[in-house]
Amino acid sequence: MNYPTIYALADCNHFYVSCERAFNPSLENKPVAVLSNNDGCVVALSPELKRLGVTRGTPWFKIKHLIKEHDIKIFSSNYTLYADMSFRVMTILERFTPDLELYSIDEAFLNFSGLNEPDFNRYGSTIRSVVRKYTGIPVSVGIAPTKTLAKLANRIAKKNGSGVFCIDNEQVRRKVLQRTGVDHIWGIGSRYAAKLRKRGIDNALQLSLVDDDKIARDMTIVGVRMVNELRGIPCSEESCSRLQDSDDIAWKKKASSFNTSYRDEPRKSIVSSKSFGRPVSKYRELQEALYCYCDTALKKLRDQGSVAKRITVYLTTNPFRNEPQYANYREAVLPGYSAYPPDFTEPAVKMLKSIYRKGFRYKKIGVMINDIILQEEAPIDIFDTAYIDDQRSDIMDCVDKINSRWGKGTVHFAGLGIKRRWEMRRQHLSPKYTTSWKELLVVKA
Amino acid sequence: MIKQDKGIKLGDNIKGIYGFEGTAKISRPLVGMKIPAGFPSPAQDYIEDSLDLNEFLVPRPSSTYFVRVDGDSMIDAGVFSGDILIVDRSLEAVNNKVVIAVIDSELTVKRLKIDNDRYFLVPDNKDYPAVEVEEWMNMTIWGVATYVIHKL
Repeated sequence: MNYPTIYALADCNHFYVSCERAFNPSLENKPVAVLSNNDGCVVALSPELKRLGVTRGTPWFKIKHLIKEHDIKIFSSNYTLYADMSFRVMTILERFTPDLELYSIDEAFLNFSGLNEPDFNRYGSTIRSVVRKYTGIPVSVGIAPTKTLAKLANRIAKKNGSGVFCIDNEQVRRKVLQRTGVDHIWGIGSRYAAKLRKRGIDNALQLSLVDDDKIARDMTIVGVRMVNELRGIPCSEESCSRLQDSDDIAWKKKASSFNTSYRDEPRKSIVSSKSFGRPVSKYRELQEALYCYCDTALKKLRDQGSVAKRITVYLTTNPFRNEPQYANYREAVLPGYSAYPPDFTEPAVKMLKSIYRKGFRYKKIGVMINDIILQEEAPIDIFDTAYIDDQRSDIMDCVDKINSRWGKGTVHFAGLGIKRRWEMRRQHLSPKYTTSWKELLVVKA
Repeated sequence: MIKQDKGIKLGDNIKGIYGFEGTAKISRPLVGMKIPAGFPSPAQDYIEDSLDLNEFLVPRPSSTYFVRVDGDSMIDAGVFSGDILIVDRSLEAVNNKVVIAVIDSELTVKRLKIDNDRYFLVPDNKDYPAVEVEEWMNMTIWGVATYVIHKL
């Protein structure tokens, strides 16, 4: 490969469905749906169900009549199982790169830059078959000189049958861009895509040929960064945020007004994590990092107008060092949907305390927020303690405003908690195969 | 002997925390000297290390699963109904291994016998017949059993 940087995006195929299938072989080749909380609508579906015309987000009652006819298998979201399987997949992926960046519950970027590997297609296939064998989960691998291109490569990998696609030269890059409509580019919302199409920019190749100035006028530095990535020039988050800081207020104003048109679909899971610059052993330092990542993740959650109910904390040592290894995670379920940091940091710290072991040199700590829904979709709580109903959402609006005006971290939490209870409806829940002794998979002898 | 992880109580507002305890320390002090009977032992001064069952039974946590056995076709292998098997999906299913196989969408534990190109799933109980695996059965190997947890 003739590029200075190489990234792979490994993305689990219809992850929730694959997790159910891993422990229930009778689901192979059958239409399978996983429902959101309270069994409201379809959040994940197998290709067989897609072929029946069902899409993500379809309310469950609308497909009820199809169930008997097509023998559709229905499951409530078993987030406990999904989090455990996600941790397994990520731990396996970690062996293939010194630099793994979790992107969501079922996606991660692997940095291959500088790796002495003559055949990345083959390397991608190895990753795929190892993850499949160890977990039963099918993954697709897209490999390219930048993350944005890796995302495009991954889309092709999902469709081409082999599950791996590599953008390894300019010719392939241009061809892929030409075949990618602007509405399929990572970070371009449907409204903005329509705007681009009006101007005659239909595909990613055309967009990549537009001058930086013009891009910046419309899409700020964020857009310039994305377009550069399409061109094969990687733009790290650090260098980009530095750019943004230097231009400060003017950019920020523009960026915020632009945000409405330039916004990704609401994320179904949010990860905040980073590898430490040096190994960290002290609990105190880990906890500080944890607070910081919780804060970042929840800011993202509020920015997309969502609330969530689950948080995972994970901790790993560096598998590439010849020293004692340890990796572990915990997941907590909140009593109700929230975007209020103390609701998350309180269990997060408890989880960190329970998985922390003395004497290891940790490489990475991270948090993942799951079970995300839009704020307006949050169920009404009979105890009247939902995030939107009490003052927590007002407090956070206020905090976010202060911080955006006076700079990140002007106001932050010291930590407090509110006690609430809430039960949700999950009639089609599969067993917690990997995390509960009472619910283990049963094999016939 | 494996630590049962029921979730940690976190006070009223958290329902539970669940996790696969990767390298939980279950301490069994390993003492590097024989304790002389009848003498007060200053053993504490000599504790060298502690044994971790996970380290011994689950060397590869990301590919290891626990499954529960239902049936008595494997009793001569010491696998009884209700026992828990430790299964490692990363291992190759070679001749004579006890495997978890998928046949007709059902998971079953049997001993795998490979004779040239012929595959057999053999029960360890003479009351049950061995099954030769034919292509139409669409058999797949789910994982290889490594240990059995059996209460005495």
